[in-house]
Amino acid sequence: MCLATPMRVTAIDGQVARVESGGVAIDAGLDLVDDVAVGDYVIVHAGYAIQRLSADEAAETLSILQRLSESWPD
Amino acid sequence: MTITLAHGAGGRLSQQLVQDHFLPRLRNPALEELTDAASVGDLAVTTDGYVVSPRFFPGGDLGQLAVCGTLNDLVMSGAVPIALTVGLILEEGLSLAELDQLVDSMAAVARDAGVPIAAGDTKVVPRGSADGAFITTAGVGRLSADFHPRPNRVRAGDAVLVSGSLGDHGMAVMACREGLPLEGELRSDVAYVGGLVDALRAAGVEVHALRDPTRGGAAQSLIEIAAAAGVRVVIAEDSLPIRPAVRSACELLGLDPLYVANEGKLICFVPADQADLALSTLRGSALGAAAATIGRVEPGRPGLELATTLGARRSVRMPQGELLPRIC
Amino acid sequence: MAGLTADTGGRAKALVAELRAYRGRPVTFMEVCGTHTMAAARSGLRQLLPDRVRLISGPGCPVCVTPVGFVDHALALARTRGITITTFGDLMRVPGSSPIESQDAPPTLALARAEGCDIRVVYSPRDALAMAREAPDRQLVFLGVGFETTAPALAAAVLAVADQQLPNFSMLVAAKTIPGALELLATAEDVAIDGLLCPGHVSVIVGPEAYASVVKRFGLPCAIAGFEPVEMLRAMHELVGQIQRGRPEVANCYPGAVRPGGNPKARQLVAQVFEPRDTRWRGLGVIPASGLALRPAYGHLDAAARFPVDLPAPVEPQGCRCGDVLRGAIDPVDCGLFGTTCTPESPRGACMVSSEGTCAARHQYRTDPS
Repeated sequence: MCLATPMRVTAIDGQVARVESGGVAIDAGLDLVDDVAVGDYVIVHAGYAIQRLSADEAAETLSILQRLSESWPD
Repeated sequence: MTITLAHGAGGRLSQQLVQDHFLPRLRNPALEELTDAASVGDLAVTTDGYVVSPRFFPGGDLGQLAVCGTLNDLVMSGAVPIALTVGLILEEGLSLAELDQLVDSMAAVARDAGVPIAAGDTKVVPRGSADGAFITTAGVGRLSADFHPRPNRVRAGDAVLVSGSLGDHGMAVMACREGLPLEGELRSDVAYVGGLVDALRAAGVEVHALRDPTRGGAAQSLIEIAAAAGVRVVIAEDSLPIRPAVRSACELLGLDPLYVANEGKLICFVPADQADLALSTLRGSALGAAAATIGRVEPGRPGLELATTLGARRSVRMPQGELLPRIC
Repeated sequence: MAGLTADTGGRAKALVAELRAYRGRPVTFMEVCGTHTMAAARSGLRQLLPDRVRLISGPGCPVCVTPVGFVDHALALARTRGITITTFGDLMRVPGSSPIESQDAPPTLALARAEGCDIRVVYSPRDALAMAREAPDRQLVFLGVGFETTAPALAAAVLAVADQQLPNFSMLVAAKTIPGALELLATAEDVAIDGLLCPGHVSVIVGPEAYASVVKRFGLPCAIAGFEPVEMLRAMHELVGQIQRGRPEVANCYPGAVRPGGNPKARQLVAQVFEPRDTRWRGLGVIPASGLALRPAYGHLDAAARFPVDLPAPVEPQGCRCGDVLRGAIDPVDCGLFGTTCTPESPRGACMVSSEGTCAARHQYRTDPS
């Protein structure tokens, strides 16, 4: 029971963040994490952020995403 | 036993319904071909019902879906569409403005394809008996003697191509539904693929089989062709064209893009030495810009196999029924 | 991400080569996370392993280890007037009790929905909360299953309901915690495990420290693994290394997400809302303090208390060997019902239908197309 996805925080409104990955966005609760800022990457499970990714992990996620979108024709 | 949503999802249960309940009662050679469009003399005939909710989704609407779907079924057997019919079942309370929009959408697709909607019927049912509007379309086309793709023409060594990205339609529709709040670049790919078929034909590509993957995704279509042709189809996970947004949405919900519905794509099987020609032909069309070669027919036991990113191989089975998001 | 780095294939090959170079005694590693079960099955990972390195699945699916009575309870509530059931998709096709002589398909939430019960699949408890706010005339019951990854989300939802004083939301709780089960597995006499692949996202919450006692008391090598197949290979390679060095420890092979200390805030919310309770796991029996129950302060949000229902004694399916599969004692194909009486369309036990059940994974992704 562990399906969770790294996603980037694009906006924060109180305890709820707008998070996106690959062009898909959802709302994620921030009840379980502290000190999250716009631009951070968080792991999202069942609509809640459960951890903020370390800078290295975030950088790797970003590079995977960039490679993915570059490999796409449109 | 009762009918459940899984029976309509296009996977194994849908198949069982046809095999165990319909075929035994409706025996005839045309039906038993079980292809998208049946051959009756030199005509191809097909019918389909469209009940998707919501009726309007990013990239299209129920009207477009209804006409494209039936036209696509006709051209998959190499037929030239001649005419369409439309049956409407409308729920009391549906707004006329919305109905006009749906009909406008149907008319636009039919007009662009050059195929008249020649006959129609309308019924209205009480509030609650239909989800706004259900559309059934039927289509008639003329078969060509010299261009009749069908599974029994598939040969070992054939290349398998897909005309573009997988899973667009299913994820776009799912994103609209209640309880799954995905927003973003998810758009249905609903489209009439007749132009792609014409392009392949004009380029002289020897097309062995064609299929437009709809419910059950590319997986279902490939499994069906493999079974009908009695061949082993092997596809490479790394070669599957999937848009980043669809990939993300599938990952979030725990779904496999191979099983997610499409509505504007075709899969074709061509001789190995024509794969490049077929690919460049597809890519030369607007709808085929993201076309890719995804696999080949290999000797071995019939079925569909996936060569995974990890370098292993595994079977791809029929989807089990309704696609359910998961968190595990 | 879906394993799409340009060098995933290369990394995987290198790891497989190193595993194949292992010349020590045959070893069996167990993963205890349904997402690992699925990742291994979908990628065909086992095909690449040498004979002397075996990967088996344990009780990693919280839906599968939940006894059949929970589904019965959920169905009874679903059939109660005025109640809307909200659930993760994972539970929809899991069978409830079937009378012993019955030929009918066992009841499921999916079938109940087909019969007209108001049952909605949600991605998040937050979506269920929104539904409750939008439908004040309905009583929403959320089916709270999951392990430590999900428990914090359930806790946050409960706190939000309490905070907003929503009168029409309650939860049927069946969440569980893993440590007690690990201890049972480590000491099981009939299933020998040489190493543990620890669940990556559970570990995000509980931290590497949670497995220290397993290492200390049982000398069992542990490696926390991410969810890409190549990450699982990396963790298995680490386990082999620990065995060769003769030094079991908890290795964190998912350091970007799993921090020392885990996520204390998430754990604190769980502790605030839930208390441990002795709980029965299918196949493992009752494990002390392994379940979570709402604390008295939140007892008014317990759906079991709010809607008392008459429940007949639960009936586990006859011949079903889910329990043995969940303990890793047998492989799915060794169960007499596998693929014959028990298939995904007509499952007998939870392992076959739960989206990440060991039997479902094996059936859906088996390598021989028969």
